[in-house]
Amino acid sequence: MAAFFESKELVKKFGGLTAVNRFDLKIEEGEIVSLIGPNGAGKTTIFNLVTGFYSPDEGAIYFRGHDLVGMSPHQITGLGIARTFQTVRLFLNMTVLENVMVGQHTRGSSGVFGAIFRPPSYRAEEARIRERAEAQLGFFGTRLTGYRHDQPAFMLSYANRRRLEIARAMATEAKLLLLDEPTAGMNPRETQEMTELIGRLRDERGFTILFIEHDMRVVKGVSDRVVVIDYGRQIAEGTYAEVSQDEHVLEAYLGRKTKDAA
Amino acid sequence: MATITRRIFLKRFSWTGLLLWALRIGVLVIVLWGSISTLASGRYSASTWLALLIAGLAQGSIYALIALGYSLVYGILLMINFAHGEVFMAGIFTSVFLAEALEESGFLARHPFLTIGALLLLSMAVSTTVALLLERIAYRPLRNAPRLVPLITAIGASFFLQYAFRGFFGSGFKVYPEFGRMMGQWNIFGANIQVVQVAVFLAALVMMAGLYWFVERTKTGKSMRAVSEDKEIAALMGIDVNRVIVITFAIGGMLAGAAGVLRGVYQPQGISFFMGFVPGLKAFTAAVLGGIGNIPGAMLGGLFLGVFEGIGPNLILQGLGIPAANQLKDVIAIVMLVIVLIFRPQGLLGERLAEEKA
Amino acid sequence: MTLDHLKSSLKPGFYAGIVALFISVIGMIETFSNRDIIHGVFSISHTFLVIIALITGYFSATRAQRAGIRQHGIDRRAEVVNAIAGSLIAGFVMGLFLAVLVVVANLINLRPVFVNVTPKLIDLLTFGRPSLAGSIVPLSMFTIVSGLGGALSLFRSDIRRLIVTSLLWFAFAGLISEVIRLSLSRLGVNVARKFVTTRGLTPLGAAVMLALIFAIVYASQRLRDRQRRQPDQSSPARKRAVRFRSWGLIFVLLLVLPWVVGRVPSDVLVLVGIYVLMGFGLNIVVGKAGLLDLGYVAFFAVGAYSTAILTSADQLPNIQLSFWAALPFVIGITGLAGLLIGAPVLRMRGDYLAIVTLGFGEIARFLALSDWFSPVLGGAQGVVKIPNVVIAGIELADPEELYYLIMFFCLITLFISWRLEGSRVGRAWVAMREDEQVAESMGINTIYYKMLAFAMGAMIASLGGAVFAVKLNTVFPFSFSVNVSITVLSLIIIGGIGSIPGVLVGAFALVGLPELLREFDEYRLLLYGVAIIYMMIVRPEGLLPSVRRGRELHEDEMAQDAWGKPAEVIPVPANPELSG
Repeated sequence: MAAFFESKELVKKFGGLTAVNRFDLKIEEGEIVSLIGPNGAGKTTIFNLVTGFYSPDEGAIYFRGHDLVGMSPHQITGLGIARTFQTVRLFLNMTVLENVMVGQHTRGSSGVFGAIFRPPSYRAEEARIRERAEAQLGFFGTRLTGYRHDQPAFMLSYANRRRLEIARAMATEAKLLLLDEPTAGMNPRETQEMTELIGRLRDERGFTILFIEHDMRVVKGVSDRVVVIDYGRQIAEGTYAEVSQDEHVLEAYLGRKTKDAA
Repeated sequence: MATITRRIFLKRFSWTGLLLWALRIGVLVIVLWGSISTLASGRYSASTWLALLIAGLAQGSIYALIALGYSLVYGILLMINFAHGEVFMAGIFTSVFLAEALEESGFLARHPFLTIGALLLLSMAVSTTVALLLERIAYRPLRNAPRLVPLITAIGASFFLQYAFRGFFGSGFKVYPEFGRMMGQWNIFGANIQVVQVAVFLAALVMMAGLYWFVERTKTGKSMRAVSEDKEIAALMGIDVNRVIVITFAIGGMLAGAAGVLRGVYQPQGISFFMGFVPGLKAFTAAVLGGIGNIPGAMLGGLFLGVFEGIGPNLILQGLGIPAANQLKDVIAIVMLVIVLIFRPQGLLGERLAEEKA
Repeated sequence: MTLDHLKSSLKPGFYAGIVALFISVIGMIETFSNRDIIHGVFSISHTFLVIIALITGYFSATRAQRAGIRQHGIDRRAEVVNAIAGSLIAGFVMGLFLAVLVVVANLINLRPVFVNVTPKLIDLLTFGRPSLAGSIVPLSMFTIVSGLGGALSLFRSDIRRLIVTSLLWFAFAGLISEVIRLSLSRLGVNVARKFVTTRGLTPLGAAVMLALIFAIVYASQRLRDRQRRQPDQSSPARKRAVRFRSWGLIFVLLLVLPWVVGRVPSDVLVLVGIYVLMGFGLNIVVGKAGLLDLGYVAFFAVGAYSTAILTSADQLPNIQLSFWAALPFVIGITGLAGLLIGAPVLRMRGDYLAIVTLGFGEIARFLALSDWFSPVLGGAQGVVKIPNVVIAGIELADPEELYYLIMFFCLITLFISWRLEGSRVGRAWVAMREDEQVAESMGINTIYYKMLAFAMGAMIASLGGAVFAVKLNTVFPFSFSVNVSITVLSLIIIGGIGSIPGVLVGAFALVGLPELLREFDEYRLLLYGVAIIYMMIVRPEGLLPSVRRGRELHEDEMAQDAWGKPAEVIPVPANPELSG
């Protein structure tokens, strides 16, 4: 039985710099795993490798029996991995609902002919896409529903943009969600809410989640397992309690380079 | 090792990937086949090739001077100053009137070098003025606009300039004085080399060396490089970014103006309002070929394009049995641009700041 | 009280002077003098200069007023003085430029260099007194006209609007007097002659026209004012019915248009239609998918040439299909060409893509011209003897008939663009244009969607090419220069990228007008250039923007607005958690 998600000996170099160095990671279905490490440790690079934005120089990535290396990002999304971005990247001029409907892209199949002639199958599909998009937005309570549906995304507040980005990723009907610093820039109340939300994503919607986080309260609050990396290499792994006592981790955060302490 | 083989052989199959490979092989086959069959036919002697090579170098040095304008501006503003071909046209088209007047008055016959000097001065002044006006009126308000907006503006400016100059000076073709014939020719290894070709090549080399010295050694040159690395940081370091941008456009204009006179001296025919378009496109090709934003790259790219264009049609296309191959000179240049952009978009010498621009 | 603030008028005068000098020296003034707004009284070139002077006067007056207020406080009487003085100064400065031109042209012969500084130009600028002393004429003339413009700024705004709009429409009517003449002459040559001549409106015609326009403008303004005071309260169903009826009216108008205007304008309409079609096509490529294609003419050429080769009775591959039998092949071939060109270039960055497609556009022409392809494409002579289109036994020979063919194609394309909007494909395009990487990570195969847009654009252009081929019954390489690409690009930019009415207006203004006024032809690319630069700097969303595109191009400002004060951008209902 192949693992749900597994990366083996991933290596990615940029010129002389090795951003990711023989990185191994295994995730079981239904887990919430957080990825932490000092700035520049290679966390986002790992996301980019997994989602196909970069191709690794060495190593392999398996997801539910598929080898992801060499696939393009849209194929990987089609297989069931969706992500958000560290700097929220929405389609700012599309409406809130349209943003999420774009997320449903891989779950539809209509093309130019469908759009022009609009047979019943096309209309059913559009209705389904819309309905599911609305359902994803409903997950966030009233924050993104009602009149918000037809607002362009640039009208949203920062926290709502983060939520919309997650809704859009959810709409791809992925199995594995990669969230890149979901609470960055949020105030404590919003952060608390996001922490609960990540838990609900798994409990209510059945997503497996890998997320990058700097806020240790979030990491502590929700992760089943914490993976710590530094210089592109895994230096510790375990529950929050285990990891927070690990001397490699303390060294990475506090020792050697005072500058990089998070 | 295993992963490397896997990368090559088990990489996912894709139609576009396949198409690109087919294209790559196709280009190679066509070039090789054409060249070999031409060489085998023995239609041209070695001295002909030498003559073509020299002619290509002269032509290429003119491209290189224009290409530098593209590259300098791109290096600093990350925009393609599409109207740069028209900057070139403005200089030479204006200077042709001075040339006519000087020729008529007999000044040219008495002081040919002074004449060329005066033409250079006028041409460079006009080109520089046009370049600066462009920057001030068309580009400066768009400094922070999305990338394609200044490009579209540049296209508008390009056509505006063409037809403005047509309005000023008319739509007829003008002719430069026959400097080339005055200089005569040398016979080297049985090949007739026009002196003017060598002179043009050397003059361009001197100018490029001067530019290189300016950018590498002077304080202004250093601030130019700083601005091209990072505008904001440069501004924080006390560099007047606007001034640097203006200087960059001015240098580009001067080089284009000089290129104009060289073009007139080398090929006196066909001076008109439309003459900037194709050289502009080719100079852009040259800049991309060398790695846009890269100064030595633009020089090399220009020379390479000139030579390739001089030799290519005869070498490759004639071997394929295509009639009147020289008609397709421009096609070859554009195809080369496409091929470079597909397979090596960073150019031969690599693009500056390549990563930021993706 | 100092007069310092009047300095502010120098600048508008200076710019206006440069513009007036420029259009004089490049020959526009002289070229347009052959056509009058009012026959024998007022030529188009004078109109240009007068409009420039009026605008200058208006602007300098408001500037002077504002400067005066800044320096000396509010004072109604001083404002009037400032306005008049400011506009007179600006007009004087503007006139000075032309006066200097007249003086210089009197002293030395500029023609060997500036070919368009002719005696006739000087004659025009001095109203028939081309001597050195005549330089006083433009000077005084434009001072006065500018003063009038300044006086205009003193009117109440609704009256000013009424005057300005009426005069502009009148000038427009004068511009298209040729069309008016041709349509009127269908009522009878003698009737027409009373109102219009080949050179412009007669004084009688001008008076009637002015009165008519004034009445219409006045009525429409009143109507609009009333609507603004009491907004439309009718039910949505009624509104829809009204909208439906107005669209129906426009459609019927379009249907009878060629029979109203007559043969020559119909010929122009066909050409406009071809550009409308290509505008729709390029809108898919540029507007929807965000790919700046500068070589759109290549597909137009492929469409025209393949139609020609497949149907011509003359050409070597003697196929001689009928137009309709050839059409699927034409579309297919061009679509394939789109894919072939698209496959290598669509991976490139946007700015490179633009230049490379420009190159491809040129390649198409070079190849058509070359000896290499001349056995098939006919070299410089092109392909001749392309038969007319036959529908149900009727041969579409006249432009009035051909008009329906191009209109049919336009409607189909319009329908397709409209249906694609808001569909899954349309959303994918918008997403891709907004952020290609994110679109890819949402599962959108961006290469596929770029190819799709490119191929669809190509196929639509091929329809234009096909009609172009049967319109002229011959194709030759010189019809397919880069100017075509630039024209199509300009018209969608000026109309508003992604906007359907924008394409219509753009095509009429950029293609129709220059065709009707052949004098424009020489300067059309110059004017396109100015228009493009102006639009990009001042109004990047175009004259008739599509909502989304407008948002996009002002993204920075809007985003800031949205952050600071969301309620101002779009009114939102009160909501306790507005800040989220």
